[in-house]
Amino acid sequence: MRIVDLSQTSLREFNAALHRLRADTNETHWRVLNPRGQHAIAAGIDAPITVEIEGHVGYYCAGMNKEATIVLNGNAGQGVAENMMSGTVHVRGDASQAAGATGCGGLLVVDGNASARCGISMKGIDIVVKGSVGHLSAFMGQAGNLVVLGDAGEALGDSIYEARLFVRGKVESLGADCIEKPIDERHKAELAKLLAAAGLNGTVDPGSFRRYGSARKLYHFHIDNVGSY
Amino acid sequence: MCGVVALFLKDSTLNSRLGTLFAPMLTAMCDRGPDSAGFAVYSAAAPNAVKITVRGPQDCEFADIVHRLEVSGAQPTHVVRDTHLVLTVPVAQAEPVLKQIAAMPELIVVSTGRSMEIYKEVGRPDRVAKRFGLDAMAGTHAIGHTRMATESAVTTDGAHPFSTGTDQCLVHNGSLSNHNALRRELIREGLSFQTENDTEVAAGYMSWRMQQGDSLEQTLNSSLGALDGFYTFVVGTESGFGVLRDPIACKPAVMAETDRWVAFGTEYRALVDLPGIDAARVWEPVPAKAYLWERH
Repeated sequence: MRIVDLSQTSLREFNAALHRLRADTNETHWRVLNPRGQHAIAAGIDAPITVEIEGHVGYYCAGMNKEATIVLNGNAGQGVAENMMSGTVHVRGDASQAAGATGCGGLLVVDGNASARCGISMKGIDIVVKGSVGHLSAFMGQAGNLVVLGDAGEALGDSIYEARLFVRGKVESLGADCIEKPIDERHKAELAKLLAAAGLNGTVDPGSFRRYGSARKLYHFHIDNVGSY
Repeated sequence: MCGVVALFLKDSTLNSRLGTLFAPMLTAMCDRGPDSAGFAVYSAAAPNAVKITVRGPQDCEFADIVHRLEVSGAQPTHVVRDTHLVLTVPVAQAEPVLKQIAAMPELIVVSTGRSMEIYKEVGRPDRVAKRFGLDAMAGTHAIGHTRMATESAVTTDGAHPFSTGTDQCLVHNGSLSNHNALRRELIREGLSFQTENDTEVAAGYMSWRMQQGDSLEQTLNSSLGALDGFYTFVVGTESGFGVLRDPIACKPAVMAETDRWVAFGTEYRALVDLPGIDAARVWEPVPAKAYLWERH
């Protein structure tokens, strides 16, 4: 295991070392000490490695992640796992705004709460938040799943495309064109898989969630609106 | 951008180290606001006395000014810190001293209060903190700001904190969109403003509400309706401080608390050197909710 103390090594040096790793690297396990709220820690990795970060981080941690498993033993600032492509990012504390924003793939797990705009413009990422999410979460969500074990703030799924939203607690309000949809066995099976991937195998009943998604009236061409074009 | 920091000490044994703990917080926010910086420091109030912080030009002959005040009968004790002079005068003499200062065109009154002193200047925040000797200051709480100007010019007048009431100050990250209309309303209510700055209007509004008898909590709650725009505010009073974010949380904020202190930072980076931070409760304040810490 490589141990990197960010009070000794510069962040730029550390990230550059991660960027140099190839898919067959033997340096598969990294531990990061003293992140001290710095921005863009472990952003832009493209290798199947594990990075454990001990402490709170600033903005854009694990951004653009590909293949890597990144475990954050602390809170994340804005835009954690922003534009993730694949791999797993696990935040053991809380995440600030825009967690998983524009993510194209992979899994983001937040053990605590995620604040406003979680999963904004998500494009295929799966996000499991064990606490609650703030307002405007999954805004313009295009694809992927957002699973919230707690509550969701105002305007959930505003202007949503085809992202799927599952919330176990209270939803403050739904955004434009976001509606509740029935949850059937197919959805429950998928939800069970996501919960298991987030380490909640068998402990949370997929039947206790409600499903939300697009009414498809806002973005979809509708013959009644033809005069507007 | 802009950076906001605040530190409120619960454990009075830390009071002598307020500046030592607070200066690195302000310095950490340099790159969020490299234009100018300012801070309010609250320390023990002398009985029946008022502190008047005035600002003069670079190399102002403060000794002459103090001498002129003494000649006219006032007995201020004073401290000079770079471009700022803090006069401590008996309550009864505050009014005449302020009148005399108003007649000295080279001076600007930055703040008045029993316990508050405000220092602000144009320049990199770390250098501004050094010029005033922030790290050696003692007190109970402090509020600071690093500025990246958007709504008005880079001048010392435009630097935060803004004070429009005794022992009251406000720092702001964001920009307001209804400040011109609100400024006109407040002028009709009898308030006066020194700048075209949006934040000064927010400070004026809050001081006006508190003059009308509202508590700090009521004031912050009514600000949600009165002020339109982006904001994370930190408001200081003699007894403590409050935090308010706009309802859509445009501007970042993080808070931390231990048994010994409560701290606010625009980013967590500002808090990393506080004693016991690793075990502190760290959280993001919820939008449109007033947070308060006061000493009763």
